Amino acid sequence: MKLFEPLERKRDGQPVRYLIVDDSVFARKSLARMVGTFGGQVAGEAGDGLTAITEYGRTKPDIVLMDITMPQMEGIEAVERIVREHPEARVVMVSSVGYQENILAALQKGARHFVQKPVDPEVLYEIVRYVLNEEGVPAPAGTSDGTTR
Amino acid sequence: MKMDLIQPFIGSLDAVLAEMMKAAVVIADVSMEEEGYRRKGLAAVITFKGQIEGRIILDMEPRAAATIAACMAGREVDSSEAIVPETVCELANMVLGNAVTQLNDRGFQFRVFPPALLTEDQCAKIGSDSEATVLCFDTPVGAVHLDISMRYHSRPSNERSPVGVG
Repeated sequence: MKLFEPLERKRDGQPVRYLIVDDSVFARKSLARMVGTFGGQVAGEAGDGLTAITEYGRTKPDIVLMDITMPQMEGIEAVERIVREHPEARVVMVSSVGYQENILAALQKGARHFVQKPVDPEVLYEIVRYVLNEEGVPAPAGTSDGTTR
Repeated sequence: MKMDLIQPFIGSLDAVLAEMMKAAVVIADVSMEEEGYRRKGLAAVITFKGQIEGRIILDMEPRAAATIAACMAGREVDSSEAIVPETVCELANMVLGNAVTQLNDRGFQFRVFPPALLTEDQCAKIGSDSEATVLCFDTPVGAVHLDISMRYHSRPSNERSPVGVG
């Protein structure tokens, strides 16, 4: 898998921390591996929307990667509840279902972006950079491997 | 079943397999099944409801699923590992998601449910009440089957309520 220029938090130079929410273990592992290539750290994982809300409060990640179709509570409702409690939350929807209505509903509930599965790592990297905006910057060359500091 | 409804599934399966396996895949056969579903390898089912209702079953040889799981995990994966059936579920999710997205662009409204692994017992109860289209793809690591059964409930919303332009 291609390695990307590691992204770090501008405020403290630490790796960007991700919460990965998907009912599929396979999808979570795949995304975790991908964010590893971005120099990121997995702060937590959740298999449904309800657990995602708890995990967000516990881990306070920089980015949430959120599936839509999940048991118990779907991703769009989870986004709404996370953003209501934490307006600063940056949530990127990651779903195989890319309907206009789904995308629109997620954005209206507070998601910052949408990426369709199968996820192209280069597309996700650019989206993460865009969503982090000023908060996430590439690590200076030769100073970070993205995982330790 | 109308071919224009099946086409998005063919394109989606082709694209998802090629992307995940990083290899060319070839459609080997398309057939109609009227009898109950018979599992061939590891199978996952996803149902969808809305203007078109039905289900898809993605069925693949464990070796093929293990190969894709290994690509994603970045390590060797044995076909007996738990991540292998998970892989089949997630692939089914991607195939259905991409196909219904295309159908949604044509005006059909859906609700998609999470995938579930299909056991022998469940197979016996599936498919005996409706005709299914079965696509078979050849991949470098084994065959992949997609069994599609669906029926119309209503015409797409963009046919029922056309929106004027200009």
